[in-house]
Amino acid sequence: MLSSPSRGVNVPQIIVENIRKTFTVAERKSGLWGAVRGLVHRKHVEVHALSGISFSLEPGELVGYIGPNGAGKSTTVKILSGILVPDSGDCRVLGRSPWKERVAHVRDIGVVFGQRTQLWWDLPLAESFELLSHIYEVPAASFRSKREELVALLDLGPLLATPVRQLSLGQRMRADLAASLLHSPKILFLDEPTIGLDAVSKQAVRGFIRRLNAEEGVTVILTTHDMGDIEALCQRILLIGHGRILSDGSLAALRERVSLGRRLILDLEDADERVGDPDAVVVKREGGRVELAFDPSRIGAPALISRLTAAHRVRDLMVEDPPIEELIARLYAEEGLQ
Amino acid sequence: MGALKLYLRYVSFSVRAQLQYRASFALQSIALFLLTFAEFLALVAIFHRFGSLKDWSLPEVALLYGIISVAFALAEAVPRGFDVFPRYLRSGDFDRILLRPRSAMFQVLGAEFQLMRIGRLSQALLVLAWAVWKLPIHWTPAKAVLLPAAILGGACLFSGLFILSAVVCFWTIESVEIVNCATYGGVESGQYPLSLYRPWFRSFFTFVVPLATINYFPAQVILGRSGGGLEGALMWASPLAGIAFLAFCGALWKVGVRHYGSTGS
Repeated sequence: MLSSPSRGVNVPQIIVENIRKTFTVAERKSGLWGAVRGLVHRKHVEVHALSGISFSLEPGELVGYIGPNGAGKSTTVKILSGILVPDSGDCRVLGRSPWKERVAHVRDIGVVFGQRTQLWWDLPLAESFELLSHIYEVPAASFRSKREELVALLDLGPLLATPVRQLSLGQRMRADLAASLLHSPKILFLDEPTIGLDAVSKQAVRGFIRRLNAEEGVTVILTTHDMGDIEALCQRILLIGHGRILSDGSLAALRERVSLGRRLILDLEDADERVGDPDAVVVKREGGRVELAFDPSRIGAPALISRLTAAHRVRDLMVEDPPIEELIARLYAEEGLQ
Repeated sequence: MGALKLYLRYVSFSVRAQLQYRASFALQSIALFLLTFAEFLALVAIFHRFGSLKDWSLPEVALLYGIISVAFALAEAVPRGFDVFPRYLRSGDFDRILLRPRSAMFQVLGAEFQLMRIGRLSQALLVLAWAVWKLPIHWTPAKAVLLPAAILGGACLFSGLFILSAVVCFWTIESVEIVNCATYGGVESGQYPLSLYRPWFRSFFTFVVPLATINYFPAQVILGRSGGGLEGALMWASPLAGIAFLAFCGALWKVGVRHYGSTGS
């Protein structure tokens, strides 16, 4: 490997520098006459999708890219995958400009959209895989071994002869994951890969992604609204809003940044007993179950527990971090996103 | 060579997918055959009533009809993906096309192969064969090349029109109708001799959308109606205009794809 003094061992795999993208949305009038008039005169509305996004990713990272709807998530993914051209700024993925060298670029990436399939609707799964192997020019021998491996890992064996339109959502998602990996990409973009899936399918998909990242070192960029995905998978979270990166760091760092405190949950013997403490706030009450929020820097969990167990008859208790949904909702609120 | 092989694979997969709905496929093909056949019967009825159109006999008009219909049927079957292109843009399928390591044009071309157009194709070939059998054509090797060349030029021309309508979609989905007027109006008008129409109409289908160059002019040559000199030579070369038109539309397609990259759908 060529090494220059300015570059360390870990050369970023993806570099995004100050990318901006504005869409001009035209108001369209209906009918043929409206269309003809529209060619001459139109009202335009400018939408700033990205107002200067910068970040970089090392090989083998598993990053959650989150933000509310319309924040610019899919615009970023479309630019990184070579579909869209940014208005300004630069982007390098594996040393290439995605939109200038689209064909070479897409050979090295895989993209899965949770909402749509990339498989051929009327063809049996096995034939979709075969056609993809020809499109990507995967040599026959490596296609066979890769296919076998993916079919085993994603439990697709019984589905290979089924036309894609007859697959359930969970089956289709597993099939789409396999399809996106037949050409052994180095980077995988996943756009809401668990949307609409039942709990078992979600577990299967998450387990597979974790394994792919850990064992094969595939870099994964995951956009999702499912906080379970983030908790289960992401080492690093990029939060985007208003077309900007609002936060970049681990889930733990994000928790520290938003001081929601910790939670103490008590199960009381007496369902109607009143609970109060100067250092804790009741945030939820369901019969005998009381959820209290407290700030660990003001009072430690052992002190609070001994005080409350002395004052009340407690059947059970647990201490936990606030749910990640709350954390994200608070972050969005702080940034004025919703 | 790799591209051609992949294209044939696309076609075979597309055909297999369509044959999953065997009954629907058979019915649609037969319906299309009957529909186009009825259209030709209307033409026969006109001749039955009037004997001839200007100085054109029924078999002569059938030659025009045959050339343009075979060309159109081929264009409808092969680059069908461009015809249904608005669907790809709306559904986001075009994004997926851009995610694959092949040119966008190649993938749209391969996306759909409409086998049921065999209904129109077989009807058109029948009419063409009947015309050739009926007409006292003095065949030469050059004329034998000109006929398939005219059909090929016509298939290119209609393919170009389909590409053009797809290109328009990159800017606005509604205006596709304007291109469709030229395409479907062209097939209908091209089935009759150009000399029947008004001058502006003739100019449109000669110089703007050069439909006349792929059936009217070559048919004149084949029927021995063309003069010599420059005019005759141009008529011999006229199918090339269809190929040029396709190349022009192909260049516009590239502009459209670039525009898509900067605007999205």
